[in-house]
Amino acid sequence: MANKYHSNLVVSASPHMVSPTDTTKIMGTVMLALVPALAVGVYQFGIRALVLTVVCMVACVGFEYLFNMIMKREQTVGDLSAALTGLLIALNCPSSLPLNIAIVGCFCAIIVVKQLFGGIGQNVVNPAVTARIFMFIAFATEMTTWPLSRISHVTEAVNPDGITGATALGQLGHGDGTLASVEYSNLDLFLGNCGGCIGEISAIALLIGGLFLIWKKIISPIIPATFIATVFVLGLIWGGIDGALFHIFAGGVMLGAFFCATDYVTSPTLPMGKVIFGIGCGVITMIIRIFGSYPEGVSFAILLMNILTPFIDNFCEKRAFPLPKPAKGGDK
Amino acid sequence: MGQKHLNSVHVDHFKNTAACATEVMPIPETVCISMSQHIGAPCKPLVKKGDAVKVGQLIGDTDAFVSAPIHSSVSGTVKEIKTMRNIMGGNDQMVVIETDGKQEVSEDVKPPVVDSFEDFIKAVRASGLVGLGGASFPTHIKLNPRNADECHDLIVNAAECEPFITSDHRLMLENADSILDGMEAIMKWIDLDHGYLGVESNKPDAIENLNKEIAARGLSDKIKVHVLRSTYPQGAERVMIYEVLGKTMKAGELPAQHGVILSNVTTIAFLGQYLKTGRPLTTKRVTIDGSAVANPKNIIVPIGAHIADVIEACGGYKAEPRKILMGGPMMGRAIYSDEQPIVKNNNAILAFAFEGDAKRFDIKEETGCIKCGRCVSACPFKLMPVSIAAAYDAKDAAKLDALQVMQCMQCGSCSYICPARRPLAFINQMAKGVVKEAQSK
Ligand code: SF4
Ligand code: SF4
Repeated sequence: MANKYHSNLVVSASPHMVSPTDTTKIMGTVMLALVPALAVGVYQFGIRALVLTVVCMVACVGFEYLFNMIMKREQTVGDLSAALTGLLIALNCPSSLPLNIAIVGCFCAIIVVKQLFGGIGQNVVNPAVTARIFMFIAFATEMTTWPLSRISHVTEAVNPDGITGATALGQLGHGDGTLASVEYSNLDLFLGNCGGCIGEISAIALLIGGLFLIWKKIISPIIPATFIATVFVLGLIWGGIDGALFHIFAGGVMLGAFFCATDYVTSPTLPMGKVIFGIGCGVITMIIRIFGSYPEGVSFAILLMNILTPFIDNFCEKRAFPLPKPAKGGDK
Repeated sequence: MGQKHLNSVHVDHFKNTAACATEVMPIPETVCISMSQHIGAPCKPLVKKGDAVKVGQLIGDTDAFVSAPIHSSVSGTVKEIKTMRNIMGGNDQMVVIETDGKQEVSEDVKPPVVDSFEDFIKAVRASGLVGLGGASFPTHIKLNPRNADECHDLIVNAAECEPFITSDHRLMLENADSILDGMEAIMKWIDLDHGYLGVESNKPDAIENLNKEIAARGLSDKIKVHVLRSTYPQGAERVMIYEVLGKTMKAGELPAQHGVILSNVTTIAFLGQYLKTGRPLTTKRVTIDGSAVANPKNIIVPIGAHIADVIEACGGYKAEPRKILMGGPMMGRAIYSDEQPIVKNNNAILAFAFEGDAKRFDIKEETGCIKCGRCVSACPFKLMPVSIAAAYDAKDAAKLDALQVMQCMQCGSCSYICPARRPLAFINQMAKGVVKEAQSK
């Protein structure tokens, strides 16, 4: 009788089943959604863009691996979050960025911003966005040297050395501050025929990726929608419909709105908080673009809103009321 | 119907046995009948070692108000009265009976005579009936609310939202008449105006079958099938009441406070049968499934059968079982040994081998919360498990109370959906303890 029964069964609290979506799958899906943007970047800037991307991803994963090993923490590189950070850093840099600077940026993202705060989920600000801002300030020249894209309207007369192009927002800043000083058409910006960071040039590629994430229910549409709508409305006031389209297609708005501002960890949880966050990002972006001394403001906007996120969450949590109100015809 | 729905999650159905007509288990050599199969005081055994017992014979009872009597499911001889660890970790008295295979029915088994509400309630208690949907609350108490005159609606909970389980589904296909008998009796004796059968949309054959039975009895204006969405947890009492009647019931409230009598479909069907035959609750239709079971099926088993014997009747294990559940994977309980006997409220036994299915069923260590908010959008009551878990870590009873953790019904949707595999429902349960402790100070 003794062994008729199985008495060494696993006993644990319910539920005993989990959804197929774990952290690794989420991170992997986001990376997949970035493939179109990366593909356009590699097409426009050549193989150097791919080299930079691979180096950033390897560096991020490597730093996290080493950190966990040295600190004797559980290994977390399998969740793909570090790989995604590496990919996002590369997509937020010009393809000509020296590799050693990129590696310093990755160190800043993974070790300083993420691991020192306690690893995945514990960071206050988005690692990739912070790394970009850090590199932008510390290595200003390298971070604003824009290689010419394959299909570019920048003529030799404007750009005699033929090596560096300019971003649309850069041209706007250096010119007289109107759309006339920008050489790219809105269609160029939409398709990605322009200078800029590897991953931000093609609005259409980013839209495809972003909508894919919404369709897969990986991200909520609220932040991208409110972010882009805010930029659009302010752009409308600034320069009519052309101005509005220019501002949502140029620079990092698409990349930022769909892929950086939606980072779960550093954005609000409740829908109302997401609305506040998205509008905040849009407003700050446009203030910097129009009044600030930098041509682009997406990263700063996201960083600032990241810092405000705990307060937004707190504010919304107090206003959320659990339990549904009775439906019509219910409690009399 | 334009009505708002509560949040719910899509949980894979895995209804592998929905097409399997119910079989009857051969009588095992021994059965082990627990004296504690209901919420409330356990029964005292009324038989002793060596006594001969028959099917349907009363073998356990108590004078306690919240209780239900226990009957023998077999004929044979009492081998011993022993104590055994139950799934809750406590100790239960068990009557072990060696069967003789004759299944002789006790002389006491005869249809009850019901001429009044009092007779009805007495008959319900005598039947040994408890809430078979999982709660095991004695039915005769539930059907006798203090404000019976304020109750107008009967809701039959026929949502089988737990994955794998199909026993209620089979019941609706095979015994629709008993379900309607039970509903008619309750509506007659408690004087209710309307009856609703809440069934999920993924059981169109059951819906059709019930509608046919309702039409055949000419009850179409009194009794309606309410089609629910096929998401989890439609079968939770408070969700069901909201979905069917739009009423919000808080934790700790009773359906009767909202004018509703709510009962599980198996409970209702048993009642219908009992009023006709007088045969007390001694068998259960259970779904046997899971990756470790050779021939998953629906099977009618005698209460008290050892789970190992039940699995044996389903072709045995085809792989070493690693985890066995009483009930479904969302709210069922993991048992430590398959020596455990079947009890009244069992509707499924699921045995998992963790081979091939490990990713979904062998739950890994939790990883860091990525603050994705999935747990918040999953909760039917709009609770915020991620915030509750943070407040629990800080042992902040006031914050936990403000976050309404006491409203949590432990449905497990939040834990299911969490990509970091955090045991959120379990954390909520412990957080409730923190709040209770603070309140009792
Ligand atoms: S579902 Fe899990 S990972 Fe997501 S917010 Fe809730 S607890 Fe955190
Ligand atoms: S277990 Fe509690 S908190 Fe989690 S979804 Fe269910 S009711 Fe909400």
